[in-house]
Amino acid sequence: MSGLSLEQSPTTGDEVITNYTINFGPQHPAAHGVLRMVMELDGEIIERVDPHVGLLHRGTEKLIEHKTYLQALPYFDRLDYCSPLAMEHSYVLAIEKLLNLEVPLRAQYLRVLFAELTRICNHMLNLGSHVMDVGAMTPNLWMFEIREDCLNFFERASGARMHSAWFRPGGVHQDVPLKLLTDIADWLDTRLPRLFDDAMSLVVDNRIFKQRNVDIAVVSKDDALAWGFSGPMIRGSGIAWDLRKSQPYDVYDRMDFEIPVGTSGDCYDRFMVRVEEVRQSARIMKQCLAEMPEGPIASTDRKIVPPKRAEMKSSMEALIHHFKLYTEGFHVPAGEVYVATESPKGEFGVYLVSDGSNKPYRCKIRPTAFSHLQAMDFMCKGHMLPDATAILGAIDVVFGECDR
Amino acid sequence: MATVLHSAPKFAVLAGIAQTLGEALGAMCLDAREAHGEILLTVKREALEDALRLLRDGHEYQQLMEIAGVDYPKRAERFEVNYCLLSVTRNHRVIVKVSTDEATPVPTATRLWPNAGWLEREVFDMYGVVFDGNTDLRRILTDYGFEGHPFRKDFPLTGYQELRYSEEEKRVVYEEVELAQDLRQFDFMSPWEGAQYVLLGDEKAEGEAK
Repeated sequence: MSGLSLEQSPTTGDEVITNYTINFGPQHPAAHGVLRMVMELDGEIIERVDPHVGLLHRGTEKLIEHKTYLQALPYFDRLDYCSPLAMEHSYVLAIEKLLNLEVPLRAQYLRVLFAELTRICNHMLNLGSHVMDVGAMTPNLWMFEIREDCLNFFERASGARMHSAWFRPGGVHQDVPLKLLTDIADWLDTRLPRLFDDAMSLVVDNRIFKQRNVDIAVVSKDDALAWGFSGPMIRGSGIAWDLRKSQPYDVYDRMDFEIPVGTSGDCYDRFMVRVEEVRQSARIMKQCLAEMPEGPIASTDRKIVPPKRAEMKSSMEALIHHFKLYTEGFHVPAGEVYVATESPKGEFGVYLVSDGSNKPYRCKIRPTAFSHLQAMDFMCKGHMLPDATAILGAIDVVFGECDR
Repeated sequence: MATVLHSAPKFAVLAGIAQTLGEALGAMCLDAREAHGEILLTVKREALEDALRLLRDGHEYQQLMEIAGVDYPKRAERFEVNYCLLSVTRNHRVIVKVSTDEATPVPTATRLWPNAGWLEREVFDMYGVVFDGNTDLRRILTDYGFEGHPFRKDFPLTGYQELRYSEEEKRVVYEEVELAQDLRQFDFMSPWEGAQYVLLGDEKAEGEAK
């Protein structure tokens, strides 16, 4: 602060209180990971926020350059570990775009089904922790039950609860059992709405929750565009922009769903957009289950998708393909693409440069949180210190993805 | 372009958009082409800010989604900086490219989009590309006090420094990287196509064959 405003500081008596700086994080339960924010406070009012990110930087992009296309896939699960399949989705689509590879319809339905399940899974964590950040405990515990169900479904489909590595270039890794699909359908009709509506009934009209969120960090449409917002953050500001609708990928163009938008662009709107997205995701999943055709679950192009193990045991050609694809991997034509999908947190993009070899030349990952977190200073300015946790909760930031 | 078989996100197909934008940018544009369904515009480095402003204000590309650096060590200007722009009104994407080297600064985009700040910081951190006009060009992702630019192709994957907690000194210490064995770079490229090396033992046969 300048000397002039110090003298005019409206404080009692002779004391002149200067601004002071505090460290928020890097180990703070409301920081949702390893975020360090250097905050300059005037009393309890935030004057300036300088987020320090990168404490979880693992050099994923560099590691990917040293792996084949298939070996690089599991790194994507480890970006946003709350919505792993949505991360894989952008990557496999980017490879398929470079290869111009057709994906069988069943695989596309399976991907959309599980991408939406991931969205529910992610929103359960975010809504729950957002609610907990502003003081309520119970809804979080209830929503973790839904999350547990989701993780069990992932496990039954891929064998892994979180890091599935189930989407593959050309389709998905393996087919799902019919019982899993019927169980998901039952769950969508019974457990999900019951648990979710119960949990939401505690918060959406709650006076304390509203006091903590309504009119906090209002972002106008123009600001949302200028700051590169996407996903629930831009929809919370009233722009009906959803990549699933406007730039459909896989079978989203066959799905019937609505885009919830906020009216005032505050934290409460962002929260409510996510609440409604959960219901829309359930709607998409029901359509997927109803319409999903039988058929292959991965492309039959044997130069890209390895054959099944049983086939490999009896066919010489399949053995060669299997060996080549798991050692050398497939080659991707030279070129560059930027493919972005609607991850639960916003636009998750992959800028993939291929030089025609079996390894990506460059794989730039566009994390959603990077743009959102950058706006933290602009959103927090003039708010109280406890509002920072509500703002952060409404951003839905995960550092695996932000720091890569 | 061949028929679209893939199911990647489909944004609006605007006929001849690469050419239209190329002509609109005029002398600022060095190359405008469409490849793999992406519109790639290469612009002059000095004119970058004007080109981006024209695209934002004149052609409705409201959002800057990403700035991606790429390192091509063989080129005269080894770094390429790619700006991925999105138009939410026309439902369209373009990639604007400029190239530069270690010493030449690229004009900043922070005066056009506030979120360019961190994106430029990241490119600076990873590649050492300097952005002229960015007032806050600090490192962003690497450690406090880190030296070097890790995403350059000549930077080793293992890096130069490692850190561990030292029981003797009761603090985290930085040390030179020590590998128990060499980092193994598996190269599965077929020796019949594309491999640029002589297989072990083949050098003996070289003389006899000729």
